[in-house]
Amino acid sequence: MSTMPINNVEGKSSVDKESDGYRMHLMLCAGTGCVSSGSYKIKDALERELAKHNLTDEVTVVMTGCNGFCAQGPVMVVKPDEIFYQRLKEKDIPHLVEEHMLKGRPVKELMYTPPAEESVVPKMSDIGFFKKQRLLALRNRGLIDPEVIEEYIARGGYKALAKALAEMKPEEVVREMIASGLRGRGGGGFPTGIKWKTCRETPGEPKYVVCNADEGDPGAYMDRSIIEGDPHSVLEGMIIAAYAIGSSNGYIYIRHEYPLALKRLERAIADAREYGLLGKNIFDRGFDFDVTIHCGAGAFVCGESTALMASMEGRVGEPRAKYIHTVEHGLWDRPTSLNNVETYANVPLIILRGAKWFTSIGTGDVADNPWGGSKGTKVFSLVGKVQNTGLVEVAMGITLREIIFDIGGGIPNGKKFKAVQTGGPSGGVIPENLLDLPVDFDQLTRVGSMMGSGGMIVMDEDDCMVDIARYFIEFLVGESCGKCLPCREGLMQINKMLNDICSGQAQEGVLELLEQTCNMVASCSLCALGGSAPNPVLSTLRYFRDEYEAHVRDKKCPAGLCKDLITYYIDPEKCTGCMLCARNCPQNAIEGEKKKIHKINTDLCIKCGICRDVCNKDAVMVK
Amino acid sequence: MAKLKIEDLDKIMEQKKKTMSLRDGAGRVKITVHMGTCGIAAGARKIMAEVMRCVEEVDASDIIVTTSGCAGFCSREPMMTVEVVEQAPVKYVELDKKKVAKIFDEHVMKGNVVKDYALAIGSEQTL
Repeated sequence: MSTMPINNVEGKSSVDKESDGYRMHLMLCAGTGCVSSGSYKIKDALERELAKHNLTDEVTVVMTGCNGFCAQGPVMVVKPDEIFYQRLKEKDIPHLVEEHMLKGRPVKELMYTPPAEESVVPKMSDIGFFKKQRLLALRNRGLIDPEVIEEYIARGGYKALAKALAEMKPEEVVREMIASGLRGRGGGGFPTGIKWKTCRETPGEPKYVVCNADEGDPGAYMDRSIIEGDPHSVLEGMIIAAYAIGSSNGYIYIRHEYPLALKRLERAIADAREYGLLGKNIFDRGFDFDVTIHCGAGAFVCGESTALMASMEGRVGEPRAKYIHTVEHGLWDRPTSLNNVETYANVPLIILRGAKWFTSIGTGDVADNPWGGSKGTKVFSLVGKVQNTGLVEVAMGITLREIIFDIGGGIPNGKKFKAVQTGGPSGGVIPENLLDLPVDFDQLTRVGSMMGSGGMIVMDEDDCMVDIARYFIEFLVGESCGKCLPCREGLMQINKMLNDICSGQAQEGVLELLEQTCNMVASCSLCALGGSAPNPVLSTLRYFRDEYEAHVRDKKCPAGLCKDLITYYIDPEKCTGCMLCARNCPQNAIEGEKKKIHKINTDLCIKCGICRDVCNKDAVMVK
Repeated sequence: MAKLKIEDLDKIMEQKKKTMSLRDGAGRVKITVHMGTCGIAAGARKIMAEVMRCVEEVDASDIIVTTSGCAGFCSREPMMTVEVVEQAPVKYVELDKKKVAKIFDEHVMKGNVVKDYALAIGSEQTL
């Protein structure tokens, strides 16, 4: 009988046997799956039996993170023997401890045998995409039916709420949140606990709890996926927040472009009401709370907290000056705590497992200062020129290289990595030499980008950085609400300059003017949208200035993308006269007979690139 | 549904495990079709319809068919997870109707993993 290879548990808790004096470590899984199948009972039983045999000085029980084989839980790996036990039951433990831990004879009946058929299929933990992820906010992804509340409960759902209501005072919940160092996942990175504390302490009734589900960054869908896959985790987080700050009214602001998320949220709220998890006197603890959904019409600016609240009040979705804080004067001018979807999804875990556990993941030290680090994980939507497009959740502090190459599988078609854009349209690009940057709130800001809500767009050598900047500015010009002049007019001017640069009409000195305008918009805009809008331009200027200069001075696009600056031609050395390009050209711009070298008539060519795509000799070139 | 007391959470957990966890329940196989927006856009509804058709065809009562959200690997959708009792779950990717029918015949009915369509066995690490 073979045993499971040890790589199923690697990375979770590699124990240096020599250092702590134990001769044996029992690595017992404490992931949600195993806990709900009773791993804490097993822990008690193990400790009881070890004590009985006087083994407590020699053998220790270590609770580990989920090792992935939830179906076989509770699972345990005995080190250094590296023997994998599965489906442990309390009644097995006396026998197991006596045989294996005392007498050194592993118990075969409790070992896991991989069925022979399956050995050729890779394990989840062997696949780069899954191996480096750490699922907290997405803890139930793919495992529960999001429309069945009982499945959420079966995975430990609403236990944190029960714990908070039964065992903790609201102030203690707030303290736990501050100690956890959780920072706002919508992008601002403001410590959630501090926000709750201020909101709790600000006089004024009623208080409101708002969930910002107005996710509008192009290519980002973290929040949508959390709501679609696990809506109750967000609701539970909101109810705990309400208890902590003393609110009985909650709102979820979600865009109507998310029909499936909306449907699942409605269902979740209805089910939670049926069970009395929303409504009057929750868990008979004298605490009332209910949630209303507010459907947004899909304006990007409404993701900004004050614009969001204006929109909910029925006014035009425009932001207001930041010095009036929403925790004091929020919705209907009442104290309001607004948090992002992913932030709420983290809350139940922190309450259930404690701030101490949460701070063991991530960077920095938040013991005295909630801004002192970035704790926990972050969900990213990894898109663009990357093999494995998808939604990934990683511990803070992982490097960009690990995300893009180990999880993302690198760049497709053997192309070269050029840059990665983080933080959505108002984030910045990060070049190759910074790939080993550990990802957290402060590091990303330091290099001119930001965490944002977690969009991550990978670009390869074929992407023109000026064009990228232009694309994002164009998006922001359309989404600027127009209330303040710097953002409204400034972005227009920036957009015009970028268009000129891309079409080869820009004059010398444009880059300086561009930089100046960007700095003006960044420092004078009313809200964070305008304040961060020039980031794509400023960061590309910072890291790829030579590309801008090539456009302006040489009227060339080094990536071969800006149509006005490139010419298509056929390399006579490579052309075999197969006629493929000529037949496919929509303009009939390619001349040449069969078996004779072809030529592109540049007067007719519209630079659509079809000839280059169809040529199987790579003879179509761009200069 | 009656209003919950704190003690009820454990009861629901126990009851629900019967359908979620095969070892405690009556099911022999559990098929989860991943139906987030990405899955649906890639054709998960058709996959679901095909699974239902297959189940109906063999008139089985021990197969649990359920849905879940996005499994994360959006570029390989549609995806489904097949878990046979006493075995680790297997994730299948880039499905179409034909592949579903084959997986159903081979894996669900005969217990042989269809290696060609499988991405991986096991579950993801959580927490």
